Amino acid sequence: MIRFATWLTLSAGLLWHGATLAEPVDPIMAAAMATSADAVPDVSQVQTASPATPLMQFTQGDFETRQQLLSQWPGTPEQLQRLIAALEADALYQDGAHQALRFDGQQAVALETGQPTAVDVNQLEQITLNNALRTLIAGIQAKAALASPDVNTRRNAVKTLSENPDSVDTALLRSRLSAETDATTRTLLTVLLARQDLASGDPARELQGARGLQASNEPEVLALLNDRLSQPQLSPELKSALTQSRDAVQGRIQRAEWAGNLFSGLSMASILLLAALGLAITYGLLGVINMAHGELIMIGAYVTYLVQGAFSQWFPAGQDWYLLAALPAAFLVTALIGMVIERLVIKPLYGRQLETLLATFGVSLILMQGVRMLFGAQNVEVANPSWMSGALVLSPSLSLPYSRLAIILFTVVVLALVAFLINKTRFGLFIRAVTQNRQMARAVGVRSARIDMLAFGLGSGLAGLAGCALSQIGNVGPDLGQTYIIDAFLVVVVGGVGQLTGAILAALGLGVGGKVLEVGMGAVLAKILLLGLIILFIQKRPQGLFALKGRFVE
Amino acid sequence: MMAASAFTPRVFLLSLIGSACWLSTAQAAPTPAAPKAAPVAAAPIKVGILHSLSGTMAISETSLKNVALMAIDEINAAGGINGRKVVPVVVDPASNWPLFAEKTRQLLTRDKVAAIFGCWTSVSRKSVLPVVQELNGLLFYPVQYEGQELSPNIFYTGAAPNQQAIPAVQYLMSPQGGGAKRFFLLGTDYVYPRTTNKILRAFLKSKGVADADIMEVYTPFGHSDYQTIVANIKKFSAGKKTAVISTINGDSNVPFYKELGAQGVKATQVPVMAFSVGEEELRGIDKRPLVGHLAAWNYFMSLKNPQNNAFVSKYRAWAASRGVPNAATVVTNDPMEATYVGIHMWANAVRKAGGRTDTASVRNAMAGMALNAPSGYVLKMDAQNHHLHKPVMIGEIRPDGQFDVVYKTPTTIPAQPWSPYIPR
Repeated sequence: MIRFATWLTLSAGLLWHGATLAEPVDPIMAAAMATSADAVPDVSQVQTASPATPLMQFTQGDFETRQQLLSQWPGTPEQLQRLIAALEADALYQDGAHQALRFDGQQAVALETGQPTAVDVNQLEQITLNNALRTLIAGIQAKAALASPDVNTRRNAVKTLSENPDSVDTALLRSRLSAETDATTRTLLTVLLARQDLASGDPARELQGARGLQASNEPEVLALLNDRLSQPQLSPELKSALTQSRDAVQGRIQRAEWAGNLFSGLSMASILLLAALGLAITYGLLGVINMAHGELIMIGAYVTYLVQGAFSQWFPAGQDWYLLAALPAAFLVTALIGMVIERLVIKPLYGRQLETLLATFGVSLILMQGVRMLFGAQNVEVANPSWMSGALVLSPSLSLPYSRLAIILFTVVVLALVAFLINKTRFGLFIRAVTQNRQMARAVGVRSARIDMLAFGLGSGLAGLAGCALSQIGNVGPDLGQTYIIDAFLVVVVGGVGQLTGAILAALGLGVGGKVLEVGMGAVLAKILLLGLIILFIQKRPQGLFALKGRFVE
Repeated sequence: MMAASAFTPRVFLLSLIGSACWLSTAQAAPTPAAPKAAPVAAAPIKVGILHSLSGTMAISETSLKNVALMAIDEINAAGGINGRKVVPVVVDPASNWPLFAEKTRQLLTRDKVAAIFGCWTSVSRKSVLPVVQELNGLLFYPVQYEGQELSPNIFYTGAAPNQQAIPAVQYLMSPQGGGAKRFFLLGTDYVYPRTTNKILRAFLKSKGVADADIMEVYTPFGHSDYQTIVANIKKFSAGKKTAVISTINGDSNVPFYKELGAQGVKATQVPVMAFSVGEEELRGIDKRPLVGHLAAWNYFMSLKNPQNNAFVSKYRAWAASRGVPNAATVVTNDPMEATYVGIHMWANAVRKAGGRTDTASVRNAMAGMALNAPSGYVLKMDAQNHHLHKPVMIGEIRPDGQFDVVYKTPTTIPAQPWSPYIPR
């Protein structure tokens, strides 16, 4: 009771405290914006040293000073060039006397003169950028790059300038446009000029600008047009030009967005299918509920991590192609682990699904904790090879990441291989035979125990391949498998036991359907609705999309 | 269907075993109480370490357990507290929220720990809170959180919203931060992001940001496909300078940042300000496309000052000597600093209380306690509200996974656990 009373007093005191300090941060914030932030400034030096050169002003100044200096550089153009190059390379330092240096770990170059100089490494202090400075530097470089002989450089330069259209001189753009030969760059320049025209306030130019914007496919332009259309007192001519442009731009953007949603769905489907493919074999064909399937995916991802480490250690030149080695390695390691699990844990329990489920659940916990002990609980870093980072930019609202394109392609290839293996090879024939009628298969001389082991190895190896691919887009940590196991089971159950076609269709349905729903209602609701639909579907068709025809003899 | 029915007997069996164990320990409890009657001068002081070492949160909490053990080693190496050794009791609540409460009860009743250092997610803290209050224990909670809570039995060494979230948004609205006019609030679906975004929405409205310029989106724990969300961010950002405020927690951050990089959302166009992403979370990601995205904390590993240099090198040496996995690349982060500060403050409080470890004495001694922290500031425990006075720092991601501090407050700021922007 007494404690409760103290508690009340305490809370009441706090309430009062809160009321008086309603805005405690604002003034401090304002004051602090003006002081240097990346190091506790040495006040005595800042006050006494007279900032002799622009470069020294730059090194000593705060972000705002640096911004002013860069936008109106008082020194020589060569110095500015050297300064920007050093900043771009993340290699700008200052020594104890605030001299600007470019330092690459061994050699230092004084930016004042451009000559190499000796430095005391302990005195060096790095000068860093913030986003405002990065934007400014990108703008300066883009203006210079407008005259570049390389088409891509010019295109990117105009794109960069489009982010900040007011910063560019109209006359410069017009002269560039007349000299430009590349059609894409011309369109970009036209749109940029049209934006400036529209903002000019001169009715004739505004009309011209409104018409010029028709060629655009940028969401930014659409927002601009909508904003303009919502203003009162537009001349009818301008209004119709604006509406026409708005409709054209909007149509283009909507088409791009739907293409993007479809691509997301396809990518999601390919991931689901990869995760479920191994399961479609172990569960679908062998009837084993393997709860450790997710952990086999996880081990595949860790093998990828190890191969990446091995490459950077012994074969750094081939770093970009480590995935080619990681794929077979992941397949072999997980297939081997799968076969060991089959022999030690699953074989004694064949035909007892519930016990298999519990036993493999135990195996999954052991594998997870084992990896945690070996590699730590933290995620490990698996970097995309350079050819897989970045995206294929088709329009400002449609970019297809290379990593996802690669995974879709990879899924198709793996699927084709598995279909070939199951349907066209002797091994596949044996698997099908054992699945459909074990007694009969044994009677004609198929070693069913061996086939079971190999088929389980194949399913596990496919999990390893999935892990290798998933390491490129998601987390690599001990819990990786948990993320995918439920979805993988859903795909197999919805698809129907014992059929690859079913798994493919189920993955496509769940992937694309899930993404379309997510666009409409957000991730959480979409997931709930999708699970609800699956429950309804399973109740109507417990055997899934496709049921295996024939007799199970177990 | 089969899975569901299969788990029930198992869970039942486990809980049966669990309760049997609990009963037997409860019966055994009176026996060790005997020596307590005549305490030996050098009897060790037990403290509990309550962090998930398995499950979803292991990614973040394991390093907190490590730094706690290091701080205790440090105290013992310096002669303990008034000659008494500190003995850690490490338990694993396994990212299972009810288990946090159970383990707390076990630490307080069976192990009789003097204080507990632990929890990460707000939901785990909310599960521990009634137990520490009932048994009059002490919890030191080291993570930034949503506020709207105060307990006489908890010391909060992480940031309250006014020490992280509000200043971060103010920075984004300032010219140096890009002058954002539109905000995409993205979070994991649980109490911390929901409450923080409620506070932020009210704050933004008070600054004249219209409802149409604020978008709130939540994803489930462990969400791994951010394609649609990143596409929506790009769409939403057309027309006005936009910033993303991310309260995504745990390992969902990795696919989110990978997707940002893949779809080319640049920090110069749409900066992402994260409240739960630090050095540890960035370890598993390719940082090159993320340069310039932001995080708000009260400490960064990249800070250059004598205390932090010592802290980082001590932790590296400790990790190497204890064989921590990946010991060569261990990093320190804000919650680790808060854990470290919390343990040392507690030790100082016990010393100040003349070696008494009971809750009332420690609570009294903690009021106004100050410590020269690795952040380079003298952090003070508020005399009234059990929160630290902390500096606010904003960092931009570097290519090496560290942060460039682009803004920090010149002094520490007192915490406001109850936000003035939303009704209580």
